[in-house]
Amino acid sequence: MKKKPVSAKKKPRAKPARVRSSKTPAPARGDSALLVPWLLRLYVAGQSTSSLAAFSNLKGICDEHLAGHYRIEVIDLTKAPHRAHLDQIVALPTLVRKLPQPIKRVIGDLSNVERVLAGMDVPSRTRVNRSLP
Amino acid sequence: MSKLNKIIAGTDRLAKVPTGITGFDEITGGGLPAGRPSLVCGSAGCGKSLMAIEFLVRGAIQFKEPGVLMTFEESAADVRKNVASLGFNIADLVARKQLVVDHVYVNRSEIEENGEYDLEGLFIRLGHAIDSIGAKRVVLDTIESLFAGLNNQAILRGELRRLFAWLKARGMTTVITAERGDGLLTRYGLEEYVSDCVVLLDHRVIGQISTRRLRIVKYRGSTHGANEYPFLIDTKGISVLPLSSASMDYDVSNKRVSTGVAQLDDMLGGKGFYRGSTVMLSGTAGTGKTSLAASLAFATCSRGERCMYFSFEESEAQILRNMLSIGIDLAPHVEAGLLQFHATRPTVHGLEMHLVQLHRLVDDFKPAVVILDPVTNLATAGNSDESNNMLIRLVDFLRKRVITAFFVSLSNVATAQETDEGMSSIVDTWLLLSDIELGGERNRGLYVLKSRGMAHSNQVREFLITSQGLRLVPTYLGPTGVLTGSARLIQETQDAAAEKSLHEEIQRKQLVLDYRRQAVEAQVEALRAGFEAEKKEFGRAVASQQSKTDQIMTDRLATAKSRQAGKTKRG
Repeated sequence: MKKKPVSAKKKPRAKPARVRSSKTPAPARGDSALLVPWLLRLYVAGQSTSSLAAFSNLKGICDEHLAGHYRIEVIDLTKAPHRAHLDQIVALPTLVRKLPQPIKRVIGDLSNVERVLAGMDVPSRTRVNRSLP
Repeated sequence: MSKLNKIIAGTDRLAKVPTGITGFDEITGGGLPAGRPSLVCGSAGCGKSLMAIEFLVRGAIQFKEPGVLMTFEESAADVRKNVASLGFNIADLVARKQLVVDHVYVNRSEIEENGEYDLEGLFIRLGHAIDSIGAKRVVLDTIESLFAGLNNQAILRGELRRLFAWLKARGMTTVITAERGDGLLTRYGLEEYVSDCVVLLDHRVIGQISTRRLRIVKYRGSTHGANEYPFLIDTKGISVLPLSSASMDYDVSNKRVSTGVAQLDDMLGGKGFYRGSTVMLSGTAGTGKTSLAASLAFATCSRGERCMYFSFEESEAQILRNMLSIGIDLAPHVEAGLLQFHATRPTVHGLEMHLVQLHRLVDDFKPAVVILDPVTNLATAGNSDESNNMLIRLVDFLRKRVITAFFVSLSNVATAQETDEGMSSIVDTWLLLSDIELGGERNRGLYVLKSRGMAHSNQVREFLITSQGLRLVPTYLGPTGVLTGSARLIQETQDAAAEKSLHEEIQRKQLVLDYRRQAVEAQVEALRAGFEAEKKEFGRAVASQQSKTDQIMTDRLATAKSRQAGKTKRG
C-alpha cells in the first residue's frame, strides 16, 4: 500500500509531468513515520534556478528515504498567486510538509540534504541507513 | 496613473497623495509622495500602525483609492478589532473590495533555511492583492519582522531593496512602518532603502504627562514643516496639530456681543465685547470669575448661539448647581445642546494635547463663544511659558474662526497683574476683578484694564453677586475716599439722612417766615386801624370846630340883631 505512486499536482513546465516514487519497493521496517503517507508541497515561482534545484533535490531525497510513501505537490505561484497566503508563503522556494503532522517548512533550494532530513524530521534510522555504505 | 501624477500649473512639482489625516496633509503640503514609499517610524506604542491604517482607510473612503494592508505582526482579526474603536469598519471595506488585509506570518522556529531563496512569495502575494482590487495604496506593517523570522540578512536586505523598487515601479503610494532603533531611525536601517519621505513618531512622557509628537524627518523634493507637531489619537483617529501654521491673517468682526451683565456692557461702550475678540478676566480667588463666565455663557445661549465651556477646576454638575444659586440657570441650555461643558484636569494630557483636543472639539461644535476656566491652571501641565505659548496658538485659532474667547485667569493678590503680563499683549479686552477690603469686609470691584477699539469706562465698579444674578454698581466716591459694601450703604444712608434734615430745616424756616409775615401783616393792619381811627377822630374834631364856629357866628348875629345895632349902620 505504501508503494502507490502519486502524481504531483502542479509543477514547472520543464519538469516531467508526473513525479513517480522510487521504483524500489519500500522495505517493511515497521517504522511508524514511514507507515504514514508523506504529503509534501513545494511552492515555486516559475522556472527559476532555485525552483528547479529545489525540485530535483527534493525528489532525490524522497526517492532515497521515503520511497513509495510520499506525494509531492508542486505549486507554481506565478500561476496560482492566490494560494500563497494559504500556507503563509513569503520566501521561495518553500517546502511544506503537510503530512505527517505537525506542519514543517524549509525554505531554499534544499541543497543541504542533511538539513532537509533534519528539517523535515525524516526518521533518524533512515538517515543512519543512508549514511551506511 | 495620470491622476497620481497630477502636474500643478505646468511645473514638475512632486505629486502628493492626501492621507486624509487631520493636519498631516497641511504640514506636508499635500500628503505623502505619490507612487513612492514613505517610512513611518517610532518606538513601540507610538501609533505607527494606526497612522498607516488610517492612511489606507481614509484613502479608500475619501479618495477612492483602494489599499492593501500587509501586516506582519497582527492578524487580520486583531487589526479589525484594534481600529474598530476608531470607527473604522475594516470588514465593510474588505467586503466592498476597497481593502485587502493580508497577514504575513513568519516564525523562525517553524522555518528551516536551506540554500538559496528569495522573497518572491511576498511579491506574488502583494501583487495578487494589489491586482485583486486595483489598489493604489499599500501599507507594510511592520516589514522588519522579517528580520526576526529569517536568518539570511544579506538575502533579506537585497529583497527589501527590490521590493521597494518594485512598489515604486508599480506606482504604489506605500507606507512602511518600522520600529525605532538605538541611535537609528529604524532598528534595521530601513531608512537606507526608503529615502523619499520619513516620518518620525514619538511618545514622550515628561513629568508623568504623555505627549505624542510627529516630525517629518525628511521629504525629498518638497518643503515641509520641520517642527515637532503634537498629535492626538482619539475616537476619530489621528489628528496632527499644525501649530506653526497658525498665522495672523484673520478677518475681524465689528459686531458686538453682550457680556451678560447690562452694566458691564455699559462700561464697554454700551455694547459689550467684539465678536471674535479675546477677553481675559483675571482676579484673585473668590472674586466671582466663574460667575461672570457663566453669565456670559447664559447670555450667549439665550441669543441662540453656541457656547463651549472648558472647565479645569469644577465639574459640569458643580457649575450648574453653583450658578443656579445666583439665578443663572444653565441646565436648559445644556439640554438644548447650545452649551457644552468639558471638564478635565489639566494634568490629564500635556498642553499640546489639550490644544489638539480643543481644536477638535471646537471644530466639531462650532461655538460662538469659548470659555476657558481657568487658563492659569494649564500651567500645572507645563510651565507658564509653555501655557502662554499654547494660549497664543489657541487665540490665533479662535480668532481665525471669529469665535469669542473668554479666558478666566486666577491671579494671586501680590502678583495680580504681573502674572498676566505675558497674556496681556494677546488679549483684546482685559477685565480685572479685585478685592476691596474696607471697614472689616471684603467686596469685589471690577474695572476694565484695557479694551481695544472701543470707548470704555475707567471706573471701578462694585461687582455684586445676588440671588437674582450679577450687578455692577458705581462705588461711593466721597470726601472720605472710595467706599464699597456696607460702608457704601452706611455712607449712603448718612447722606440721605443729612439731606433729609436739611430739607426739614428749610421747611421750618419757611414756616417761621410765614409766621413773621403774618405778624408783620397783623401789625400793619393794627397801625392802619389806629391811623384810620385817628383820621376819623380828626375829621370829627374838624367838623365839631366848624359847627362851633358857625354857632358862634349865628349867636353873634342873633345878639346883634337883638341889640339892634346893625353892623351895616356902623359900617
